[in-house]
Amino acid sequence: MISEIGKYLMVIFQAFKKPDKGSVFIKQLVIDFRYLGVSSIGLVAFISLFTGGIIALQTAYNIDNPLVPMWLIGYTTKQMMILEFSPTIISLILVGKVGSSIASEIGTMRVTQQIDALEVMGINPANYLILPKITAAMIYNPILIVFSMGVGLFGGWFAVVITGQVTSVAFVDGLQSFWDPFSITYALIKTVVFAFILASVAGYKGFTVQGGSVEVGKASTQAVVISSVLIIIFDLLLTQMLLT
Amino acid sequence: MIEVKNISKSFDGQEVLKNISTTFEKGKTNLIIGQSGSGKTVLMKCCIGLLDTDEGEIKFDGRRFSNLKGINQKNVRKEMGVLFQGGALFDSYTVEENVMFPLNMFTDNTLEEKRARVNEVLTHVNLENVNSKFPAEISGGMIKRVAIARAIALNPKYLFCDEPNSGLDPKTAEVIDELISELTEKFQMTTVINTHDMNSVLQIGQKIAYLYKGQLWWEGDHQGILETTNEELNDFVFSTELTRRLKHR
Ligand SMILES: Nc1ncnc2c1ncn2[C@@H]1O[C@H](COP(=O)(O)OP(=O)(O)O)[C@@H](O)[C@H]1O
Ligand SMILES: [Mg+2]
Repeated sequence: MISEIGKYLMVIFQAFKKPDKGSVFIKQLVIDFRYLGVSSIGLVAFISLFTGGIIALQTAYNIDNPLVPMWLIGYTTKQMMILEFSPTIISLILVGKVGSSIASEIGTMRVTQQIDALEVMGINPANYLILPKITAAMIYNPILIVFSMGVGLFGGWFAVVITGQVTSVAFVDGLQSFWDPFSITYALIKTVVFAFILASVAGYKGFTVQGGSVEVGKASTQAVVISSVLIIIFDLLLTQMLLT
Repeated sequence: MIEVKNISKSFDGQEVLKNISTTFEKGKTNLIIGQSGSGKTVLMKCCIGLLDTDEGEIKFDGRRFSNLKGINQKNVRKEMGVLFQGGALFDSYTVEENVMFPLNMFTDNTLEEKRARVNEVLTHVNLENVNSKFPAEISGGMIKRVAIARAIALNPKYLFCDEPNSGLDPKTAEVIDELISELTEKFQMTTVINTHDMNSVLQIGQKIAYLYKGQLWWEGDHQGILETTNEELNDFVFSTELTRRLKHR
């Protein structure tokens, strides 16, 4: 465990050296950006839309007490989406999708000696392969998360209005009440930290694979498990630090 | 010329290379032969700096290279080309991008100059009209050729090939061997080849080092190897039905 953390830190330290050639780094970054972006947006939209709707409906169902004001449904949906669902759950979903693919891509490069080839060409392979992925995830995930918030709130609004649970005016009123810009900041800080965990753990796991395709599969699974656990732990720590 | 002096290497207490000394000569195809597991790949990885040696040193034309780090290591590496066992082409890049890769990294040439160089080296390995293909779309023999092209793109002084014809049919294997040998002569490279293929040994073995259980057991050329009385080497050389029949003629 301790030696694993040490190895992780060494790989990440290697990754964070200055790139040999800036233009090459930018090129890799664009490739990774496109890959992360195009491939995840549909899934994030789908899950956020439905979850927003479900949260709103469940809230409405649970508080059908006439004394509780209707706007509370919009307010609760907003809080849940922004504070927890979008930053944490979407990050976990991205771990399963992006993290596993980073680990298996880099792992395959390791077992087919492509990483050795990079190294003998005088390239720092950790830097060349992992840094652009960490950077891309840390820039792109926050964009995805803000997008998820928007889509989720729309989903909530749509679900309650179409089922006649709440009026459109009351729901929107709830979305606007007790508006605290810090909740967005908090969500974005979490997302950036989670993105770093996701990409660096997956990159490390792939980078240090030994063996063949079986080990690549195992590394990919481990990357998902470890980053998910870390994300939940850091969620608690960051919430404690930032919200209290 | 590459000098290997008293190299030893262990993994977790198990000694894989035992006090190996040899030289690889310029303009020649230097072969490291031996059974699978005898330490050929480990020796080559020590030579190219992918593994640190426990003892001994390796010199490239008088420059100490073993266990170097950073910029000093990089400077010698710029003069090396390596052909890995499976080719190790980058599978997300096309043939052209693969061959251009070292040029992108180490030169400031314009795209046109780099394209011209890519086509030049692809011609050296007799490959045309595959520039835009991906590694998954070409045959094993072609992958090896592209990998050779990539390895020689920067005009290396030293060329290392780990089992260059493993996984190829005998005919294609011979073509690859001849190609490496021709390029070695033409560009006067110091070429080191790992192999367990007796056909390659006889065909292109200008200088041969036989590894047996991590030790340098015998050295010589392809003529000497047929006349040797060394028992382990004899077992290795005449291990196939074909070679045994030849011997008993
Ligand atoms: N990274 C490593 N860790 C531990 N043992 C290794 C490692 N690389 C090679 N070995 C061992 O060294 C020995 C020689 O391997 P190798 O050089 O690959 O043989 P070959 O002659 O077939 O190329 C084998 O017993 C192998 O198990
Ligand atoms: Mg080998």
